[in-house]
Amino acid sequence: MSGIVFALTGAALAVILSGMGSAYGVGVAGQAAAGVVTEDPDKFAKVLILQLLPGTQGIYGLLVAFIALSKIGLLGGGAQMDMEMTTGLLYLAACLPVGVVGLVSGRHQGETSVAAIGVVAKKPDQFGKAMLFPAMVETYAILSLLVSILAVSAL
Amino acid sequence: MAVLPMRKISICGLKKERKGILELLQSSGVVELTEPDLEECGLEKTDTLASRQLFERNASTADQALEILQSYIPEKKSMLSSLEGKKLTEAADFKAAGEGSESLLKDANQILSFHKKIAEDKAAIARIQGQIESLTPWLDLDIPVRCPDTRCCIVLVGTLPGSISLEELYRLTAERIPEIEALDLHVVGTDKDQTCIAAVCLKEDGEAVEEALRSFGFSRPAQALDQVPSRLKQDLEREIERLSDDIQAVENKLHSCANRRTSLQVLSDYFRIRAQKYAVLGDLWQSEKAFFITGYVPEKDAAKLEEKLNARFTVSIETEAPSEEDDPPVLLKNGTFASSAEGVTASFGLPAKGEMDPTGVMSICYVFLFGLMLSDAAYGVIVFAACLWALKKYPRMDQGMAKTLRLFMYCGLSTLFWGIMFSGYFGDAVDVISRTFFGTQVSIPALWFIPLNNPMKLLMYSMLFGAIHLYLGLGLKGYMLIRDKKYLDFFCDVILWYAFLTGLVLILLPTELFGSIAQTTIVFPAAVNTLAKVLAIAGAAGILLMSGRSSKNPVLRIALGAYDLYNITGWVSDVLSYSRLLALGLATGVIASVVNQMGSMAGGGVLGAIVFILVFIAGHTFNLGINLLGAYVHTCRLQYVEFFGKFYEGGGKAFHPFKENTKYIEIKED
Repeated sequence: MSGIVFALTGAALAVILSGMGSAYGVGVAGQAAAGVVTEDPDKFAKVLILQLLPGTQGIYGLLVAFIALSKIGLLGGGAQMDMEMTTGLLYLAACLPVGVVGLVSGRHQGETSVAAIGVVAKKPDQFGKAMLFPAMVETYAILSLLVSILAVSAL
Repeated sequence: MAVLPMRKISICGLKKERKGILELLQSSGVVELTEPDLEECGLEKTDTLASRQLFERNASTADQALEILQSYIPEKKSMLSSLEGKKLTEAADFKAAGEGSESLLKDANQILSFHKKIAEDKAAIARIQGQIESLTPWLDLDIPVRCPDTRCCIVLVGTLPGSISLEELYRLTAERIPEIEALDLHVVGTDKDQTCIAAVCLKEDGEAVEEALRSFGFSRPAQALDQVPSRLKQDLEREIERLSDDIQAVENKLHSCANRRTSLQVLSDYFRIRAQKYAVLGDLWQSEKAFFITGYVPEKDAAKLEEKLNARFTVSIETEAPSEEDDPPVLLKNGTFASSAEGVTASFGLPAKGEMDPTGVMSICYVFLFGLMLSDAAYGVIVFAACLWALKKYPRMDQGMAKTLRLFMYCGLSTLFWGIMFSGYFGDAVDVISRTFFGTQVSIPALWFIPLNNPMKLLMYSMLFGAIHLYLGLGLKGYMLIRDKKYLDFFCDVILWYAFLTGLVLILLPTELFGSIAQTTIVFPAAVNTLAKVLAIAGAAGILLMSGRSSKNPVLRIALGAYDLYNITGWVSDVLSYSRLLALGLATGVIASVVNQMGSMAGGGVLGAIVFILVFIAGHTFNLGINLLGAYVHTCRLQYVEFFGKFYEGGGKAFHPFKENTKYIEIKED
């Protein structure tokens, strides 16, 4: 088997796992946000921002997958179909951080966003602080993104 | 960059002039009132609750009338209308509205009654439609449902459950009452759960027939109708028509009230302002002839206010600097650039008593870091232009909104700068367009370097910027300590940390570990290496010994010092946190490239160009939106957690002056 199978699996996992995390996070936050908007439509902009916060993991996954795909040569032709097994596995390993951490942090960031939306519903003037709590969770997604990017682009 | 100094103001005036004085205070809007502690002095308060509630009710009547007008005659509003700000109203017009408030209130009540009339008519129509509905199965009956008996016959009209055909009905009755032959049955109408029938029989058979029918579930209709159903239906329909005409007529009258909108808005605010005045009035301590007001006034406005009050009223005014125990409200005063970031400071917390206003320094860092995260020249131009346009187009928008937009305008400029440094123009749009549509690839060279080609370099610089930001935060802490003449604290909490951190950094830089990350080897002269060790050890020892200086117990003191030394891990994680500058910067660029790549997949030519333009517009709008959000959130985080964490706590109360808090209008100053 050619190593490119693993390389592509890595890129796919980066998108799939982090996308799942973000989909869950944005989903639960969206339910809470919709509830707030039924009570007070004026808070739409604020809760929308909070809902979108867990969406970044999916984008980070896309980012890593894109860099990986273009390094493998699957974008714009010239893919190394006879890639060595080791190289393929290296790509897979490099893609894992953003995928796995994206899944977990997306989920938890979504739940934190729900809580933050609760803060905004009761005390709209505390928006700045409410926004910080989900942003704290995001730090770990960013760290994993960083490691994935550095690893993929170093390969 | 400063917190405006406040003065405590006490005003003692004549009771007969209190309304005039309050009006002046309200219209100048520079005093935040406080409750003086005068309970014991035999003073009293006036109960103004009743009049206040009356004004509030009147204001809400006007609001309701406006809502009704809006629902019947919607006023077109653009999406940006919220930026327009409140309508500017001449003071004379406002006064006129106050004088004509009786008749305006009558108008408002009339609008309310129109609305009530329409609602009632609509309910009546719905009720009549229900009646018509229930008449439907009876429409074929050409006699009244409650039909009077003739000389020898009676008519039984009613319903049977379920649907039964005429034949079946005859069969059933024949089985039940075979002895009665003079029986004429009609099925008038059926629907899915009932059959409407009419039976004609001789008077003397009446009871027997009804008895028989009842055994099949016969019942007379609930509505006793003395009219032929079809004629009744016509009457009801005519009634609906009449009601609809009524509604139309009232709606026309409502339409003629559309021009009242502005005066109703003024009216609503007129009562709102009066209600606010009466709320304050009810809180005033008064003696028989005099009353007392205390509050805070910004120092710059104090003299002018005093002059204005003395010119018109017989008052005694005293102002003094707040004492140690007082906690004066906070009002920030900054230059044009720095004031744009006041909202960012305020949403973390205004400076507590004795703290400096961090907005000035923070605004510069904010704009710098924001640009670094978004880092695309084209996006920067779009953000800058959009904010500038909105600021020019709506000069009277809400102050807070204007500040935020101004902040983003500066951030747009910073984004433009970093975009040029890193060669981001809609990502790699220039390369892709030239390659796909013109055959030759043209690239705009980066002024500095392209992050995607050398992420390690940008990571190093991100952390460098972070370290500078953090040093700056520690420096501000030092500034506050020196300002408060706490020199020992300054030495122990700032200088020692500077020495310790600088020493550690200098030790780290020439190591192999750092060299392999930065891909350059730094060699310091031996003297610097020694200096680094001395700084680090001296700093660490100092912190160990001095951090717990508040504790008398030497063991505890050392333990506290060791604990403080452990904070070094906090510094490491703070610096690492700035790696988000790289991550978010790359995110903008890479997603933009994905968009461009997708757009170019349809190839060159006219069709390709159309596809490219569509994908380009949709994709870059999305990317700009999501990355603006990211940059905003994470720049805030870097300021709040990493930067403010070093020196700033916040927790001050905002200055809420007693002023004309209006909903629709702004009164033009004379």
